[in-house]
Amino acid sequence: MAQIPPAIQNWFSSKGWSIHPHQHEMFGRADDPATLLIAPTGGGKTMAGFLPSLAELADGAHDGLHTLYVSPLKALAADIRRNLRVPVEEIGLPIRIEDRTGDTSATQKKRQRADPPHILLTTPESLALLTSYDDAPRMFSGVQRIVVDEIHALAESKRGDQLMLALARLQSLCPDLRRVGLSATVEDPEAIARFLARHPDSCYIIQADPGPDPDISMLQTQEMPPWSGGGAAYAIPAVMEQIKQHKTTLIFHNTRAQAEIFFHNLWLANDEALPIGIHHGSLDRQQRDRVEAAMVRGDLRAIVCTGSLDLGIDWGDVDLVIQIGAPKNVKRLVQRIGRANHRYNAPSKAILVPANRFEVVECVAALEAVQEHDLDGDPRGPGPRDVLCQHILIAAAAGPFEADALYTEMRAAGPYAHITRPDFDACLEFCATGGYALRAYDRWQRLQQRPDGRWQLRDPRAAQRIRMNLGTIQDTDTLKVRLKRNRGGKPLGEVEEGFAASLTPGDTFLIGGQIVRYEGLREMVVEVSRRADRKPKIATFSGTKFATSTQLSERILRMFAQRDWPQLPPHTAKWLGLQREISRLPQRDRLLIESFPDNGREHLCVYGFAGRNAQQTLGLLLTKRMEEMSLAPLGFVATDYATLIWGLDAVTDPRPLFQLGALRDGLETWLAGNAVMKRTFRASATIAGLIERNTGGQRKSGRQATFSSDILYDTLLKYDPDHLLMQITREEAMRGLVDFGRIEAMINRIGGRVDLLRLDRVSPLAAPLFLEVGKVPVKGEAEERLLAEESARLLRAAGLQPA
Amino acid sequence: MNRIDFTFAGQQLTALGSGALWWAERNLLCVSDLHLGKSERIARRGGPALPPYDSRETLTRLATDLTHTGATTVICLGDSFDDLDASSALAREDRLQITTLQAGKRWIWIEGNHDPGPVEMGGTHLSEWISSDLVFRHIAREDGRGEISGHYHPKVSLTARGCSITRPAFLLDQARLILPAYGAYTGGLRSSEITLTNIMAPDAMAILTGAKPQLIPMPR
Repeated sequence: MAQIPPAIQNWFSSKGWSIHPHQHEMFGRADDPATLLIAPTGGGKTMAGFLPSLAELADGAHDGLHTLYVSPLKALAADIRRNLRVPVEEIGLPIRIEDRTGDTSATQKKRQRADPPHILLTTPESLALLTSYDDAPRMFSGVQRIVVDEIHALAESKRGDQLMLALARLQSLCPDLRRVGLSATVEDPEAIARFLARHPDSCYIIQADPGPDPDISMLQTQEMPPWSGGGAAYAIPAVMEQIKQHKTTLIFHNTRAQAEIFFHNLWLANDEALPIGIHHGSLDRQQRDRVEAAMVRGDLRAIVCTGSLDLGIDWGDVDLVIQIGAPKNVKRLVQRIGRANHRYNAPSKAILVPANRFEVVECVAALEAVQEHDLDGDPRGPGPRDVLCQHILIAAAAGPFEADALYTEMRAAGPYAHITRPDFDACLEFCATGGYALRAYDRWQRLQQRPDGRWQLRDPRAAQRIRMNLGTIQDTDTLKVRLKRNRGGKPLGEVEEGFAASLTPGDTFLIGGQIVRYEGLREMVVEVSRRADRKPKIATFSGTKFATSTQLSERILRMFAQRDWPQLPPHTAKWLGLQREISRLPQRDRLLIESFPDNGREHLCVYGFAGRNAQQTLGLLLTKRMEEMSLAPLGFVATDYATLIWGLDAVTDPRPLFQLGALRDGLETWLAGNAVMKRTFRASATIAGLIERNTGGQRKSGRQATFSSDILYDTLLKYDPDHLLMQITREEAMRGLVDFGRIEAMINRIGGRVDLLRLDRVSPLAAPLFLEVGKVPVKGEAEERLLAEESARLLRAAGLQPA
Repeated sequence: MNRIDFTFAGQQLTALGSGALWWAERNLLCVSDLHLGKSERIARRGGPALPPYDSRETLTRLATDLTHTGATTVICLGDSFDDLDASSALAREDRLQITTLQAGKRWIWIEGNHDPGPVEMGGTHLSEWISSDLVFRHIAREDGRGEISGHYHPKVSLTARGCSITRPAFLLDQARLILPAYGAYTGGLRSSEITLTNIMAPDAMAILTGAKPQLIPMPR
C-alpha cells in the first residue's frame, strides 16, 4: 500500500487525529480507475477523497488542473474549499484550490478557463457548461482525478445522469482520469458503483465502519396529534423543550410551506427568545447564507429546514435531529439522522414527530425499519433520453462532432451503457431537425451535417442559447418577493406564480418566518410591506414530494393486520380500532374502497397504499372512467395511501370503475390528455431543448407572448403522437409521476379482491384526506356545469339577468 | 349551445366557443391573431424547432367554423401571420388550405403589428374595415366606437368552488369588443392586467370560450 506523505501524516497527528482505516484504504486504491466510498456522515469522507490528490500535488510538479470535485450543492463546494485550504495552508502545500458555481463572478470564471487551479470544486451544471466551450480540451488536459460527493443523491436524479455524460466526455479528453464517489449509506452500493465507473470498468467499494446505531424515538407529547394536517402545531411546546435541552437542533420538514408555518408557531412560543433560524430553497440566497454562517459560528440553537439541508455542509455541533412529519423513506431518514453528532463513533440522536394520527403509524413503522437496518429504495432505470438530447446540444456547442464517436463515448457513462444506436440516432435527429414526421425545418436545422460528415450548429449564436438553458433542474415558475421601496427593497425569497396570481393587495402571507402584506406586482416582482394586520395565507411552495416507499407501505399494512397495537400510542390505536368498527382497515391482499356523501358532494376513497404518485395516477384513471360514465367527477386528491375522488353525482354502481385489467389496458389512451403527462412533457421538453427557459432578454412582463407548453403537447398528441418527446414523456411518466409500476404491483397484490363499502359519512381513515393539498381538478363536463353556475352567480351579483 | 348572442353597437353578433365572431346578418366570420407560421419563424431565428403543426391546426379549426356558419365574408383581424416572411414561408399544404377556404368568399386581411404590410395571399388587404356602425381594426384605439379588435389575446381566470379555470375570452363594453387569439400557439393576457382594465369600461363583460361559452362581468 502506498504511503501517505509524512507531512500530511504529521499534520493529522498535530491535530490529535488519526487517519481512519477507510481513509488509508482509499489512499491505497488511489490508482484504481474507480472507487466508491460508503461512509456515514462525519466519517471523514471528503478527506478520504482528497488525500491522494494532496499527496500527488505535494511536490508542486503538476501544472494545471489535477482534481475536479463535484457536489450537488453550490454551498458545499464553497464549504469544502474553506475546509481544504486549512490543511493545505498549514502543511504548506503548493496547491491552488478554487470553486466554480453559478455564483462565481464572470471575471473569475473567465480567468479559471485560461488559468485553471489545481483543484476545482464545482457542480454538475457548471462542469457540463465547461465542457461546452471549444477550449475544454486545453483546460481539462492533464486532469487526473474526479471526486463526486454525495453521489447517492446525484444517482437518483437527472443531474447525476448529466454528470456521468460529462465524465464520459472528460474521460475522452483525459484518458487517465480516475473516479472517486463518496456516498452516504445506501441500500444498493453496487448500483451506485455501476453508475460511477466508466462502463465496463469495475469499481471497488469501500465500506467504512457505519458507527453505532442511532438513538431514535418518537416524540412524547401531552397533547394528542390532530386528526389531519401537516403543521404539527400540537408538538410546539414539546419541541421547544427539546431545543432547550440540546445544544443545536435541526428540525427537518418535508415541505417548505410546513417549515414556514412551523417556524412561525415556534417563534410565537419562543418565550426565552432562543436564536432559531429557518432555511429552505425558496428563501433568498443572502438569507440562507446568513443562517448558514450563524450556524457555522454556533450562534443558533435550532434551524427549521427542509431537504435543502439534507446534504453535506458540516454542522459539527448538531446534537439532535427532529423530523416533523412522516419520513416517507427509511433510507433518507437514516441519512437525515446522520446530520446529528458528526463526531465519528458517537450515536446520532433523533426524534420523529408525527404531524397527524396517520403519521403516527408511519413513524412507528419507520422506527422499526431503522432498528432492523431495513433500508428501502427502488432501482432506477436506464438514463433518460431528454438528458442525452441536451448532451448532444452541449457537444455541438463545443464544436463539430462525429456521430459515431459521440455514440461510443456516451456509452461509457453508466446510465447510458446500454442505449441502442437507433435510440441515439433519434436523439440526434431531434436535435438536428426537431425529428417531426412533417419535415418542416430542412432550411432551419439546428444542427447541420458538414461535407466531412461531422455535425455542427447551423447558427453559431445558438451555442449561447444552449449554454443559457443548460441543466436538468426544473424550477416551477416562481416570482421574487421584495419589500416595497423606492429603489427595489430587500429580497425575501420566492413564491410560485400561481400563488402570486391568487393574491389581492392587502392579503398577507408567510415568507422566511415573517408575515408580509401583498402590495402589488411590479415587473414580475411581488412587492410586499411589513404591515401585517391579518392572519396569513400560507405561501405555497411545490417542493418535491416523495412517495412513501414500497417497503414502508408494506410495513404499515402489516401493522394494520395486528389484532391490537401495543407499539402505538393509545389515541392512534383507538382511531384504527374505530376505523375497523365503522368501516374496515385496508389489508395487504385486498383493495378497500369506501363510498360516502359529504358536504353536497359524493366521495370515493380508494386505499391502494401504492405511494403518492401511483395513487395520483389511479385518481386520473378512475376520474377518466367516471367522466365516460357521466358521473361528473370534479377532482381528486392523492396521498401515499389513498385516493379521494369527489364529484357532483353519486356513484351508484362503482364496480365497472375497478375492472383492473381494463385500467391497465386503457392506460396509454387514458393518460394521453391529462395534467400529469403535460407536466412531465414540460420537464422533458425543457431538458431536451424544445422549450427555452432563458431566451436572452429579460423576462417578458406581458404574458401574451408566451404560451403554455400544454399547447405543444396537445399538438404533438394530435399530429405526431410517436414523436421522440412523446415517447420520452411516456417513459418518464411511467417511472416518475405516473409510477405505473406500483399500480401494477398493487393489482397483482390484491388479485381482484376488491371490497366496496357504502358508508353514510366520511370514515375515520378518510377524514384526513379532506385537508390534503394538491387537489387535481378534472376538466370535463363538471367544469362546464360549474362554469355555468358560477357565471349565473356572478351575473346575479352584478344585478344582471342570467341568460 | 356553443355560442352566445349579444347586441353590440346596434348589431346582433354571436361569440362562438372557438373564439371566432359571427355576424349573421352579414354572413360574416371574424377571427383574430391567427399567428400562422409562428413555429417556422421561431426556428428561422435560431430558436427551438417547435412542432410544425400550428398553422395546420389553426386552419383546421377555421375550416370547421366556416363550414358550420356558412360564412361568405371572412375578416382576419390582424397578426394573421407571425411575420411577413412567415406568410411566404408557409408550407404548400397550408397555402393550399387557405386557397380552398377562400374559394367563393370575400376575404379581408386586416394589418397587424406582426404583419404590417400586404401578404402574398388572395383577398383584400386593409388597415381597417368599416361596415354599418362597426369598425374592424387590429389594435383598439382610445377613441374607438363600435370597434372590433384583437391584438391583446385576452383571457379570463376565475375560481369556482375551489377550481381555478382559465379560458381565452371576448371582452366587451359599450364602445369596443376585443377578440381572443384564434391561433394555436398563442398565449393570453389576463383581463385583470392593467393594460386591459385601462382599455375596458368598468361595466365591461367577458365571454369565456370553450365547449359552452359563458358571459360574466369582466374580472379586474
